[in-house]
Amino acid sequence: MSVVITIKNALKKFGDNVIIPDLSLTVNPGEFFTLLGPSGCGKTTLLRMIAGFNSIEGGEFYFDKRLINDLDPAKRNIGMVFQNYAIFPHLNVRKNVEFGLTNRKLSKSAIRTQSEKFLKLMQIHELADRMPANLSGGQQQRVALARALCIEPEVLLMDEPLSNLDAKLRVEMRSVIKNIQNTVGITTIYVTHDQEEAMAVSDRIAVMNKGVIQHIGSPKSIYQRPANIFVATFIGRSNVVEGELVIKGGIPHMKLYDYEVAMPNVKEEYRTPQKIQISIRPEELSVSRETGKGIRATIKDSTFLGLNTHYFMQIDSGLQLESIHESTIESIISPGTEVSFTVNAEKINLFTADGSANILEGVSNDAVPFTNVASRSHVAV
Amino acid sequence: MGTKKKPDRWTILSFSVLGLFGLFLLYPLWGLLRQAVLSSGGELTLDYFKRFFEYRYYSSTIINSLKVSTAITLVTLILGIPISYFYSFYQLKGAKVLFVASLLCAMSAPFIGAYSWVLLLGRSGVITKFFSDYLNINLGSIYGFNGILFVQALKLFPLVFIYMNGAFKSIDNSLMEASANMGTVGIKRFFTVILKLAMPTILAASLVVFMRAFADFGTPLLIGEGYRTFPVEIYNQYLGDHGRDYNFAAAISVIAVVLTSAVFLLQKWATSRYDFSISAMNPVEKKKPKGLMGILMHLYAYLLVGVAFLPQAYIVYLSFRNSDLAVFLPGYSLNNYRMAADRLLGRSIYNTLVLGVGSLALIIVLAIIIAYLVVRRRSLLNNFIDTLSMIPYILPGSVIGIALVIAFSDRPFALTGTAAIMIIAWVIRRMPYTIRSATATLQLIPMNVEEAATSLGTSKPKTFAKITVPMMRNGIVSGAILSWITIVTELSSAIILYNNRTITLTMSTYVAISRGNDGLAAAFAAITTVVTAISIIIYLAVSKSEDVQL
Repeated sequence: MSVVITIKNALKKFGDNVIIPDLSLTVNPGEFFTLLGPSGCGKTTLLRMIAGFNSIEGGEFYFDKRLINDLDPAKRNIGMVFQNYAIFPHLNVRKNVEFGLTNRKLSKSAIRTQSEKFLKLMQIHELADRMPANLSGGQQQRVALARALCIEPEVLLMDEPLSNLDAKLRVEMRSVIKNIQNTVGITTIYVTHDQEEAMAVSDRIAVMNKGVIQHIGSPKSIYQRPANIFVATFIGRSNVVEGELVIKGGIPHMKLYDYEVAMPNVKEEYRTPQKIQISIRPEELSVSRETGKGIRATIKDSTFLGLNTHYFMQIDSGLQLESIHESTIESIISPGTEVSFTVNAEKINLFTADGSANILEGVSNDAVPFTNVASRSHVAV
Repeated sequence: MGTKKKPDRWTILSFSVLGLFGLFLLYPLWGLLRQAVLSSGGELTLDYFKRFFEYRYYSSTIINSLKVSTAITLVTLILGIPISYFYSFYQLKGAKVLFVASLLCAMSAPFIGAYSWVLLLGRSGVITKFFSDYLNINLGSIYGFNGILFVQALKLFPLVFIYMNGAFKSIDNSLMEASANMGTVGIKRFFTVILKLAMPTILAASLVVFMRAFADFGTPLLIGEGYRTFPVEIYNQYLGDHGRDYNFAAAISVIAVVLTSAVFLLQKWATSRYDFSISAMNPVEKKKPKGLMGILMHLYAYLLVGVAFLPQAYIVYLSFRNSDLAVFLPGYSLNNYRMAADRLLGRSIYNTLVLGVGSLALIIVLAIIIAYLVVRRRSLLNNFIDTLSMIPYILPGSVIGIALVIAFSDRPFALTGTAAIMIIAWVIRRMPYTIRSATATLQLIPMNVEEAATSLGTSKPKTFAKITVPMMRNGIVSGAILSWITIVTELSSAIILYNNRTITLTMSTYVAISRGNDGLAAAFAAITTVVTAISIIIYLAVSKSEDVQL
């Protein structure tokens, strides 16, 4: 029952306002695929185009080989979970879960068996006769999921399903969702703006910005080798500084002020001296009380968070950087202390000066190569 | 997908609703306007308007109506805001009783209250006589300006009370604490913070009170005497002693509608200056009233509601007294009801129920369709329908009555004197309550719920029937009961449109009153009052909320 979802050159406009200029992607059978991006990036719009609630102005949407562009949303065989759960308030839990089945020619007992199965799977069996008003947010979410899965859809769509829950429940429901998806093995598209959540549940993530996919890849590859500066800063935290790429003895080096580090993993085509942007995650900086090696800086402030301690430091040029260290028993470095820091060359990322591309090897990106929007006016409307 | 457009069933519905409004609302209003500016020879003339403004005898009716309505509005605010403040911020004893009794007053048929007051305070009223016979005190006259003001203010202050409760309830406690923190407490806080926050509601309540007072027909008819107001004048011109003059009645109607529209726009403008909305996460906790202030608060609240409720109770009491046509006699019996049974009681109840239920059914169907169109199918056309559906708010009942008579007395739609025209009048007049309530409910229901049904494979008509309508149910039911209550107590349009065959409870009451048959009138009035009261109690049970949308 797992299908491939293929989207080719999708175009979405509201009036003259282009939300999604030209988007293509493929979701593999049984995959947990996440659309991740800041609000307004078009991720929910895309999801609703797949569900049939938003019109499609251009492009083709396929479930396996079936073109679904003009298919009535009621006939797409989709299970959908909404941000606000969208539980029918006038029906009890069981009636909610059974609702989709009543549209099919099934016997009462068949409906009952099927709903029992999913009520049990979602562990809401004992709530079956309750009305939605008497359920907690987490319970409502379970009902919504059971209701969506009960019709055994080909595709499961989830639109920020956890954003209305409190932090602790959110973490708990993440694993519930992930486990259920694994058990049922259904092709799933999940929308969220929470990058940590995306990493926790997804097989692959598509990072979107302004209607354009920036990077598609596994959580690991997106975090460690982001395709461009947007992805580097949107996923996790990054210090972004301007520096230079210099070639010394045939080996590329990144140069930040007087500090130079060999970067043998720069791609062939970028091995020329140029200005670059350097993205250093806080944990990729190591701070030392001994001055002399690396770059000199002054500690401005620190935050002790138990497991880790964050330092905020300033370079002589005025630039501020953040670093994270595992907390130590010895005392926290006090503000005003002169320190020096070095970077973990294996982990940092270098981008072209405009930030549009990672110049290191090892970037794994399934997104159709990004070209700028203006050159795509040939897209059929 | 988005490019192909075929007229779906909702577009067809939009046009059908538009057609109905065109035929039964716009066409009669257009006819009214024509009648007002065409001479009997069919030429364009402003003679009727000239006559109206040239003779103080006529023009004074509008001035009088404006004067008395403004006075009523002010007095209701002065009476209603304090009781609502006490009710909302203090734990008054028997608060529920106060609320229900006030609602009963507000929703009762206006002229029945006026009539009961005449029996209490009129020239030969019980209280008047008691004071003059035993205490030698002259209580003054219940008739004229003061009488209308007295009766209407007591009847309408509950509207302010109910509206203000909603506003006070949505003031967050933190705002109160913040102002206390900055040293503003007590009476100063009441005027500078609480009243300012409630200003949009005060304006809304003022509009409702003003419109009701302005359009009220029954009260000035019974106790206006020399103080002539325009709804009575429209009726007099339509069916007066001086012969029928449709043209002149139409002209007065047009002037009245221009005035109510102006007041409506003025209120909108005033409200736009308070462009904020408040909602309380932590409503103010009610304090226990203490000491002398506590006693005074209770005294004020109970006295006010008691006096307002008096005429209702008195009329029910009177209905069981023996009577001899015009005079109540000692002793109690069901004679008045027996007499009523001989005088069309059965037909009146039958008509009220059948015409009322018929109107209500139409109202509910229309309200569901219009709410869905306006909320879920936003378009220019549907916004226009929304606006049209609210027009009856600014149309006094007598104006609707006269417009329908003018529009439907000739071919091709000769409906005058039929049950149909009564139903049309009631649907037009009372539809806004249900529409507004249904619309408000639907607005609160996220579109996602319907989308969820669709994604589960439900067809659009089935989604509408099984998901949308059931979810709107509470809003529809509570709106419909308000429509129902106002239908049961309807007088001003019915008096122009009814005949012997379509007589209703309120009309029978009115006929008995006008013939001076007090025993009979009391019986009819009591039945009307009880029907209204039962409807309100059902309403409160169904809506489970005190936020009455009037």
